[in-house]
Amino acid sequence: MKEGEIVGIIGPNGAGKSTLIKAMMDLIPHQGNAAMDGQPLAKQAQKIAYVQQKSNIDLTFPITVRECVALGLQAHANMFGYTGKNEGKAIAQALEMVDMTDFAKRQIGRLSGGQLQRVLIARCLVQEADLIILDEPFAGIDNRSESAIMIVLRKLRAEGKTILMVHHDLKTVRSYFDSVVMMNVNMIGAGPVATTFTDTNLEQAYGLPMHVNQGGQS
Amino acid sequence: MTLTFWHDLAEFHFLQNALLTSITVGIVAGVIGSFVILRGMSLMGDAISHAVLPGVAVSFMVGMPTVVGAATFGIAAAILITLIRQHSLIKSDTAIGIIFSSFLALGVILIALVHTTTNLFHILFGNVLAVQDKDMYLTIGIAAVVIALVVLFFRRLRLTSFDPVMAQAMGIHTNAYHYLLMVMLTLVAVVSMQSVGTILIVALLITPAATIYLFANRLRTMVIASGALGGLISFVGLVIGYSFNIAVGSCIVLLGTCVFIVCFPFSKKQNLIKLPIGGRS
Repeated sequence: MKEGEIVGIIGPNGAGKSTLIKAMMDLIPHQGNAAMDGQPLAKQAQKIAYVQQKSNIDLTFPITVRECVALGLQAHANMFGYTGKNEGKAIAQALEMVDMTDFAKRQIGRLSGGQLQRVLIARCLVQEADLIILDEPFAGIDNRSESAIMIVLRKLRAEGKTILMVHHDLKTVRSYFDSVVMMNVNMIGAGPVATTFTDTNLEQAYGLPMHVNQGGQS
Repeated sequence: MTLTFWHDLAEFHFLQNALLTSITVGIVAGVIGSFVILRGMSLMGDAISHAVLPGVAVSFMVGMPTVVGAATFGIAAAILITLIRQHSLIKSDTAIGIIFSSFLALGVILIALVHTTTNLFHILFGNVLAVQDKDMYLTIGIAAVVIALVVLFFRRLRLTSFDPVMAQAMGIHTNAYHYLLMVMLTLVAVVSMQSVGTILIVALLITPAATIYLFANRLRTMVIASGALGGLISFVGLVIGYSFNIAVGSCIVLLGTCVFIVCFPFSKKQNLIKLPIGGRS
């Protein structure tokens, strides 16, 4: 993976995409290791922002949008959870970027799926991480939220951040990603979209002859 | 009837102790209970409150303060349950079932071996009217420490309760906060023993918190309101129990349940009944 790229991890259900990223961050027992700048990823937890699948979020938890975004700041906080920085400003900016300022005081259970995902992206933003790992951010969300999130992610890429994303929708792979990792239990291919996202690799990953046109039907 | 209570309250020292102790216990149980239910650890709360029993017996045997023995056994139970859950294929509720019933059984045997004035019935069901000055100060002291810890670590507790995976990915030691909560839970169980007894502590922990959970939009609100509600039902429960000469602990628990039942249909989060006023979109 290169710095400042948006990288997609694609593969069929059960291919081990989520498992791969969890292992990379040392959240589950695994063999092998993942490194960034020559250091193991698990040792640089502060530089990584991770958003798990939003279906794993407890929507009934008494927490507002603003407080949820504030959790991102905890990455750089002391043991009591305080950063000593201007937290309000960072949160307000992040909410502004994902266009959720109006919802700041709402409990997170009373948001649409797309709004919730934007909140989780805002939480990532305040973490100021170098590597952002997202697990299926676009699953079950509206088009408006999806494009709003892509705009933010491209902005982050322009700032030199690296984004790694588990992704399901093959139609958008060419327009979203710079590089792609294709897997189905085993690694099938990894590299720039143009040379990796090929019909041959797709057939290997999904077991069916496939052809994906940008913007067309798969 | 309740007039008698106020009259006696002015007159009898034991009733003043009972009042202060039960309110303190109600508050601190509500505060910790909020975290217990949000983390889905209600059963764990039950287990720990039962597991302190052998500790109480051992304390009597060797003549050390009850808190020390009880806390040791409570924390031992918490560690055992967590170890079984994390390192075997046994599920959490099964591990809890095995450990807490064993500890309770052990406690019953040990208490029987100790020849003291301690009555097993009082330990199991509480006897707040017999609280001594020493116990009351201890209760207040422990409650103050627990609440101070919650305030200090509030942000971390919120993060690890809401999204433990994210916390772990950030490199935060979520287990440390898990055990911090277990320690606080044990301390609360030890002091709650006096007012509602070992068997019923879990009700004092989770019923006020569960009632508030139906309405709260923020964790801070939930913690404060649960504490207030816990204190209030403990107070009213004591007044009713004393006035009608019925078991105070059971009175507190049933009162909590009544409040829960009354509030349940009005929960905005569940939308069982649409309120004509005050509904926020």
